[in-house]
Amino acid sequence: MLSRVAETIYWFARYLERAEDTARIVAVNANLLLDLPRGVAPGWRPLVDITGANALFEEHYKEYGERQVVRFLLGDERYPGSILSALSGARENCRTIRDVVPREAWEQINELYLYARDELPTGLAKKGRHAYLKHVILGVQTIMGLLGGTMLHDQGYLFLRIGRHLERADMVTRTVDVRSANLLPAEARELGPFNTIQWVSVLKSLTAYQMYRRSEQVRVQRGPVLRFLFQNAQFPRAVHFCVESVRKGLGPLPRNEAALRVAGRLKRNLLGTKVERLSQSELHAFVDDLQLDIGDLHVEIARTWFLPPPEPPAQSQQQG
Amino acid sequence: MSIDWTAYPCAGFYDELIEGGRARPHAVNLVEHLGGLEGTELAARQEAANLAIKEMGVTFTVYSEEGGAIDRTWPFDIIPRIIPKSGWDRVEAGLKQRVEALNLFIDDLYHDQRIIADGVFPAEVLAKSVNFRPQCVGVSPPLGVWAHICGSDLVRDADGTIYVLEDNLRVPSGVSYMLENRLVTKRVFPELFEDYAPLPVDDYPSQLFDTLAALSPRPADFPEVAVLTPGIYNSAYFEHAYLAQQMGCELVEGRDLFVGDDDCVYKRTVDGPARLDVIYRRVDDLFVDPEAFRPDSVLGVSGLMRAWKAGNIAIANAPGSGVADDKVVYAFVPEIIRYYLDQDPIIPNVPTYRCMEPEALAYVLGHMEELVVKPANESGGYGMLVGPASTKAERETFAVLVQKDPRNYIAQPALRLSTVPTLFGERIEPRHVDLRPFILSADRVHVTMGGLTRVALRKGSLVVNSSQGGGSKDTWIVETEAR
Repeated sequence: MLSRVAETIYWFARYLERAEDTARIVAVNANLLLDLPRGVAPGWRPLVDITGANALFEEHYKEYGERQVVRFLLGDERYPGSILSALSGARENCRTIRDVVPREAWEQINELYLYARDELPTGLAKKGRHAYLKHVILGVQTIMGLLGGTMLHDQGYLFLRIGRHLERADMVTRTVDVRSANLLPAEARELGPFNTIQWVSVLKSLTAYQMYRRSEQVRVQRGPVLRFLFQNAQFPRAVHFCVESVRKGLGPLPRNEAALRVAGRLKRNLLGTKVERLSQSELHAFVDDLQLDIGDLHVEIARTWFLPPPEPPAQSQQQG
Repeated sequence: MSIDWTAYPCAGFYDELIEGGRARPHAVNLVEHLGGLEGTELAARQEAANLAIKEMGVTFTVYSEEGGAIDRTWPFDIIPRIIPKSGWDRVEAGLKQRVEALNLFIDDLYHDQRIIADGVFPAEVLAKSVNFRPQCVGVSPPLGVWAHICGSDLVRDADGTIYVLEDNLRVPSGVSYMLENRLVTKRVFPELFEDYAPLPVDDYPSQLFDTLAALSPRPADFPEVAVLTPGIYNSAYFEHAYLAQQMGCELVEGRDLFVGDDDCVYKRTVDGPARLDVIYRRVDDLFVDPEAFRPDSVLGVSGLMRAWKAGNIAIANAPGSGVADDKVVYAFVPEIIRYYLDQDPIIPNVPTYRCMEPEALAYVLGHMEELVVKPANESGGYGMLVGPASTKAERETFAVLVQKDPRNYIAQPALRLSTVPTLFGERIEPRHVDLRPFILSADRVHVTMGGLTRVALRKGSLVVNSSQGGGSKDTWIVETEAR
């Protein structure tokens, strides 16, 4: 398979996953805020914190209000991580590999992008937001399902899985980091019930609540939640599961030693830490390390299998 | 509805299906069938065809800065154009003859230039050719063939004579529409195929693959062939992807390839470098290699010309073959055929005045309102004067241009292009057409059965280009005895 095609599939998957993950965190935040008393509600700023795009946001918006944050995350084309930008990126990538992607899946991504663009006003209105986000989430799930069920499970499919799970691991670690940092101080006992609600929201923003209950069978509290979200091997949105999926994707690829080495380090760092015992600041440092590992893994994958960055024309002339 | 063919206004033109209010013999069944359909039924069939084209994703790309790339479907008319096999055989032989001579001509220009030494072809025409590539001098491509894929545009004048209007020897496009048009017709008019057995066109991709494979520098059963595209923003990207898919070979961009220290061409793949044998380039030759041609090109592959000269990669069409794709060279094709093959041309050129010749120049300057004056190296109808439709001021401006650089101009009488019945809603009207067959040359020469019929959809218009209101039709070559 051409390196360019592999790279395109990889980014296609990352963009799709980004659109879905962003839709999920926005959907959950709205619900969370309804449940919290006004004085303690963290508001909308944490969503931008999760993306890490604060500088860009502040360049274009005066305040972290609901309207501004939702517009930024759903439809701002100046921000490459917005749902609309991500779907557009997925679609443009898909366009160049139409011989690899089954026609049905191409039609679906095309339809989803057009929906996200045309129905954006609905998504920005409070009333229509839920339906809009749900459509996006289901749309991405449909595309992934179509690809899994109709596309050749060859090298291209490996890069699809790698891209998807690397993006998800990235997003999950960011989400837990920001969400837990915004939690109320543990000693504020009078807010106890709300504390639970916030940890529930952490789970819910990763669609992990129901599976947490099934898997952990303890009430929602910090230690088990962190362990579940980072180290559970069966939950598809847990970091451990994502890292394992990436490793499995790397397995059959040629010249995979360097990438496997980086992925192995990532896995050891992830599993070798007692996450439930980390203080808030230790947790933050732990997530930072994971983020660096994820970044390293991407660099290694790109270096091994993707097209090298274009050389400046002058240099290529010297070679001749 | 019964169509009143006596009221069908094609007087003064040759209509491909109708003559004097009645069907030509090869079109009787088709015309009867059309007559048996209600207007609403015809419109419904056209609608079905449009839908099929949309579903099949048959598009050409228009790129705009704000909207990204837009795929547009190309208008298709459901009434096929039929050409009897008996007449076609001569055309086929004529095209083979023409391409054979042109290939000998190109090869000669890059070697001994005998045709110039013998005084048949003027040195000054070559000296001013913008498509002659000095980098190709002395190169001997496999089998001595330069233009492996040629698309020649044919037109039929009012008296029924078929002429060659031009030869496209660089990167002719349109063949994917020819193939898809046949599929669409089969979908929307299946019953017509009970009366007719048009000769198949769908072997083109395998013929193309065979042509390309024959050029491979490594004698193997399955040479590595790739289609080189400028990328998704090229208007013919659909065709590039389509042909690659149909041939089962890879669609590559310049950045997917590199030339190794051994002067061989490699693809960058997930498994590491993979040697490539044949490139079907759909990139203009000035852009194929920044090392040899335009250093600012990002579409090409650095060192490709080196690898080609070393015989390690075959390139189709060979760089430099565009030298014969020049309207002044065109004017010499009859002489070129006689010179290399010692034969008379089977298909005539449109009578052409070469302004570089003083007598011709005088005639052209005196008859501008009757002539079409064309510059040598523009295409798509740019920089052209259509005499009958021009103003006095335009003619005067043009006269100055021509006198300033006579080598760069030719003139031809304005042709009355033939027409084919074409559907507009529930009405049928004549519209002007041309025909682009594709000729493949390697160890064997293959001509498509028919080709792409382009139709000028605007009433009275002679412009068939897709970008300027043109559409297309399925083209049938039929054995008339089979009726």
